[in-house]
Amino acid sequence: MTSESNRLILWVPLGIAGIFILFFGYALFFGNANPQQKTIESRMVGQPVPEFALDPAVSNHPGLTSANLATGEPRLVNVFASWCLPCITEAPQLTALQQRGVSIDAIAIRDRPQDISNFLMRYGDPYQRIGADVDSRVQLAFGSSGVPETFVVDGEGVIRHQHIGEIRPEDVPVIMQALEDAR
Amino acid sequence: MIAETGLAALWLATALCALQLVFGIMAVRGRDDLAAAVRPVAVVQGLLAAISFLMLIWLFLRTDLSVELVVRNSHSEKPWLYKFAGAWGNHEGSMLLWVTVLSVAGSLVAFFERRLRENTLIATLAAQAAIGLGFYAFLLFASNPFARSTPAPEEGMGLNPLLQDPGLAFHPPTLYFGYVGLSVAFSFAVGALMTRDVGADFARAMRPWVLGSWIFLTLGITAGSYWAYYELGWGGWWFWDPVENASLMPWLAATALLHSVTVLATRDSLRAWTVMLAVVAFSMSMIGTFLVRSGILTSVHAFAVDPRRGSFILALLVLYIGGALLLYGLRVGTVREGKKFQAVSREGALVANNLLLTAILGIVLIGTLYPLFVETLTGEQLSVGPPYFNSTAGPLALILIAIMALGPLLRWRKDDWRDLINRISFPILFSALAFAGLMFFVSPIGILPTLGIVLAVGVGAASVAPLWKRNLRRTPMFTYGMVIAHLGIAVALAGMASESAFTEEVLVATTPGQEHEVGPYTVRFVGVDPVAGPNWTAIEGQLAVTRGDGEPFGLMPQARMFASPPTETNEAAIATSWDGQLYTVLGNSDAQGRWQLRLWWKPFVTLIWLGGGMIAFGGLLSLVGRVRRERRSALREAHG
Repeated sequence: MTSESNRLILWVPLGIAGIFILFFGYALFFGNANPQQKTIESRMVGQPVPEFALDPAVSNHPGLTSANLATGEPRLVNVFASWCLPCITEAPQLTALQQRGVSIDAIAIRDRPQDISNFLMRYGDPYQRIGADVDSRVQLAFGSSGVPETFVVDGEGVIRHQHIGEIRPEDVPVIMQALEDAR
Repeated sequence: MIAETGLAALWLATALCALQLVFGIMAVRGRDDLAAAVRPVAVVQGLLAAISFLMLIWLFLRTDLSVELVVRNSHSEKPWLYKFAGAWGNHEGSMLLWVTVLSVAGSLVAFFERRLRENTLIATLAAQAAIGLGFYAFLLFASNPFARSTPAPEEGMGLNPLLQDPGLAFHPPTLYFGYVGLSVAFSFAVGALMTRDVGADFARAMRPWVLGSWIFLTLGITAGSYWAYYELGWGGWWFWDPVENASLMPWLAATALLHSVTVLATRDSLRAWTVMLAVVAFSMSMIGTFLVRSGILTSVHAFAVDPRRGSFILALLVLYIGGALLLYGLRVGTVREGKKFQAVSREGALVANNLLLTAILGIVLIGTLYPLFVETLTGEQLSVGPPYFNSTAGPLALILIAIMALGPLLRWRKDDWRDLINRISFPILFSALAFAGLMFFVSPIGILPTLGIVLAVGVGAASVAPLWKRNLRRTPMFTYGMVIAHLGIAVALAGMASESAFTEEVLVATTPGQEHEVGPYTVRFVGVDPVAGPNWTAIEGQLAVTRGDGEPFGLMPQARMFASPPTETNEAAIATSWDGQLYTVLGNSDAQGRWQLRLWWKPFVTLIWLGGGMIAFGGLLSLVGRVRRERRSALREAHG
């Protein structure tokens, strides 16, 4: 009896390992392996811009509507906010793009007129139109999940390219190329 | 040409590995004429794998853009150190490094091991070849590092500055050395089971590999803990995160194995148990790799996830662990019982050490897998955190450390309680003084920290006690190694207890010009500045710090924002002094323009990592001491 039960004990480790391995296999093939955090890309790329009409965000710029974006020429829509630090970092690049003849409109997210004016005074004002998106509704309709983001919209008002995060100096050629491709 | 040479060497090494396996098994089953071939084959196999890996390094140093792997992971303008480290900073290259270390370890065993019975050695090399073959197959058929890219692009894509960190360059190889060392121990165990040769010689042959891998695992865990402390900005040094646990579990098993193998080598006891631990230790490193790489666990450490890799590692788990435990079930009944000993003896203390380590290992394993288990069965998400681990593993660890202090003071085979109490009277006195000091001079702290400090003082004294009244110049190096490693445990324990008992935390919403006191420091918030890094932007807090009448100095904690993927991290700014660290983290600002600032004063927290370093250094001294003594006695035998 004793030797019999001793013999069984020898197989306990294999049994435990077997249970673990079966479980691992089940978790691997039938469990929901965790998706890793990814950059959230807009599904709107390739689609016409959503219908919207935004009031002016500051007094010295007109507001922005979807009609303003189908002008026959490709242009940029910059989603930004005065409270957003990366937006400060990208300001020189936006100015550089504007100086190269690019038309840039902006959507200001959850912002106040006075703060936006200060921001434009300190960091440069490359924008033609600035729409106030006080509750992020238009931002979400664009498929944008954060600030700053920049969209390339072609002459027919179709979104052709999305840039997530601040525009760094090395991104400027990429944006120029996207604008060229949108012609 | 370089790539082709590397690939050819890899194929040849694979062929020799297969030969090593087949010849090895046939030799063990009676074909004695094949036995002579196994050692040379193993040596050449290791050389070929090393050549293949050197070719890959050469390709990276030259930035050969006709090779796909170089294109994806390197760039001509990378600093050379990161070109070099880039060779294993990716999946394919790291697999090649793994196989190379494995085969070179096999070569070293084949070349140097002389004292083990010949057929046991050959069985060991066959087991090593079986492990190697699985990884060779995976390299060649599913992740060839030498694949060409046509046409060759102008420039490589791997200039990610985030990955250009010396820590990231050397952390993975450190853990790999640890894991591979455990695979050698595993092969020895399988070899000894196959030839029914579990005894002292087997333990002596295995010991340097266990020690070596344990040193690397200790270093890896210590460095990883400091990295998490420094980089995550949460002020903690251990989070019981699945990835941390995945590296802790092999270490716990290896620590147990290290001590049981000593009993087996010195006293010829604990035979079956040592074999079991060798299998468990390697299993834990495989399971750890599986959990981390298959992506079935959630963790703060994000890894690229590929389910195909997960199923591959799972298949190897089934093959190697299943095979080894099958052999164990079949054969361990024939392993003779070792020498007997009494409960109060050094063997007894080491058995207690092993049982406690195994219990802690079980606790950590269950805690790590439980969330996965629940989520798979019910879909509910939960996490098991410090409250579980600290309250279960903590007390066991304290008991374990107390026994660790006693063990070296006990005689082998049998000892007397009364003698022991005599020997530990001084450490007990020190502990009592520490306890009295805490009671009278310090405001009350928790039970675990109190126990921790009292124990650390006593254990520190007791770990040096084995040197008492000894001729220090004639004390063997491995005894010094043990003393230093045990003292390191006491030092680390003191750091942990001090950190948890005396840490001061200040969380303030502050405006420029305000001053805050934390510990011995006065921190003045000067203001914030935006800064832009290579692929992030940050707000940097400017802090002017003074201590007493000392000169003020600046600390600049950052809150960083990464664009792709959109993540925020906190870069803590830390000031280290002899008696602890000031740890500062910048948070968000509120609508009124106030900034969240988190300040910690952590007295003696640095002892945690100092202790970790001492443990690894002690291991190194033991390893050198053991290897030297083995060689000397081998020479003595050779000369009769």
